[in-house]
Amino acid sequence: MIEFLSVNQGRILGDLEQHLYLSLLPIIIGLVIAIPLGMLAANSRWANAPLLGLSSVTYSIPSLALFIAMPGIIGTKILDPINVVIALSLYTTALLFRSVLDGLRAVPEPVKQASTAMGMRRARQLLTVELPVAIPVVAAGLRVAAVSNISLVSVGALIGVGGLGDLFTYGFQIGSYYYIGSGIVLSVLLALIADVVIVVIQRIATPWTRARAAR
Amino acid sequence: MDEGEGGALMSGLLSFLFTAQNWALTPDGVPARLGEHLLYTAITLVIAFVIAFPVGLLIGHTGRGAFLAINIGNAGRALPTLGLLTLLVLLMALGILPVIIALVILAIPPIMTNTYAGIRSVEPDIVDAARGMGMTELQVLFQAELPAALPVIVGGLRTATLQVVSTATVAAYVALGGLGRFLIDGQDQQDYPQMFAGAVLVALLAILLDVVFVGLRYVAAPGGLAARRKTPTRRAASAS
Repeated sequence: MIEFLSVNQGRILGDLEQHLYLSLLPIIIGLVIAIPLGMLAANSRWANAPLLGLSSVTYSIPSLALFIAMPGIIGTKILDPINVVIALSLYTTALLFRSVLDGLRAVPEPVKQASTAMGMRRARQLLTVELPVAIPVVAAGLRVAAVSNISLVSVGALIGVGGLGDLFTYGFQIGSYYYIGSGIVLSVLLALIADVVIVVIQRIATPWTRARAAR
Repeated sequence: MDEGEGGALMSGLLSFLFTAQNWALTPDGVPARLGEHLLYTAITLVIAFVIAFPVGLLIGHTGRGAFLAINIGNAGRALPTLGLLTLLVLLMALGILPVIIALVILAIPPIMTNTYAGIRSVEPDIVDAARGMGMTELQVLFQAELPAALPVIVGGLRTATLQVVSTATVAAYVALGGLGRFLIDGQDQQDYPQMFAGAVLVALLAILLDVVFVGLRYVAAPGGLAARRKTPTRRAASAS
């Protein structure tokens, strides 16, 4: 096993690097798009229903189908990694949009009233009070999105772009458990690490939740 | 890709979908592939339900092993589907059995965690009232907790179904039938219109099944709780 890892170090590290890039970039893109969409849906009744429906439909499309449909929809090349990045960004947006909306809706009414009484305008209230209070719910969505993105990226290997998925297809072709096994272990480890990192960031970003727990 | 190619793609998709031969009742026609896809999905869901539902009920009712239920849910999400499929097929040789096992492994977590979460989310007052009426533990579980938890449990089946439809598509890579064949064979034959048409069919199937589950969830909502949710609006209406 150790010999296998040292011989294939280059391939495995390259796949790992591509895997990280392909799964984490969509998380950032998805979050950046989902926050304004969630705020829009939370404040506008007419935007709410169509956005909810759209996110539900997007989320139900199987990953391989979306990867393959991308070139047909936006005109990219079939083997371009951008297909996987955009498809995963769509899933992440669909999922995080729900989290942002749920988080904003769960902000306690007295908190909103207090900020209104302090003389805050609606936009400032939303950005400096409601959004921070919604962070734990958004972070919970972020954890699900990060973990499922990391596991979905491998499917991209079927269209030639898959990070650690390359170890699955290559291992399958040459009949080697080593490649597949190390791909699974690394992918799960990566998901675990991403999960922990998000929890830590959330703790740092919301010091008041710790203060409440300590009391 | 310029506009001309995009147009060619669209006409390629349409010509695939409107070629009678592709819809013929041959083993590689759309109806047969759709049938296979639905069959794998149904078999998997039945097996996964038989395993996951009782365990979820037990954990939800007793409150013991909640840690296990939550962690199995998270682990299931982290497991790369393609890795699991290729590993099991390599271990057990090509065929439907390893694929069904992989699909079952992926379908168990959402059914189990939602059954657990559904039972846990039932208001303690309801459970107390049921016990107070002299119900046995089994009656409490099946006549009070289960009906109230049904919408959440249906939600778990919905997640599991989407997961299975999606993974069964990927399973075409390890020589399984189903709609995924158009995607994988199209890739081998460098026939993008076939791949695209396959992707559209898979997406339509998934969306359709999703809509069915939204309906089921609505039907599954217990009458008593639905009526109670309506009461405030009726009261508000009469007050105005």
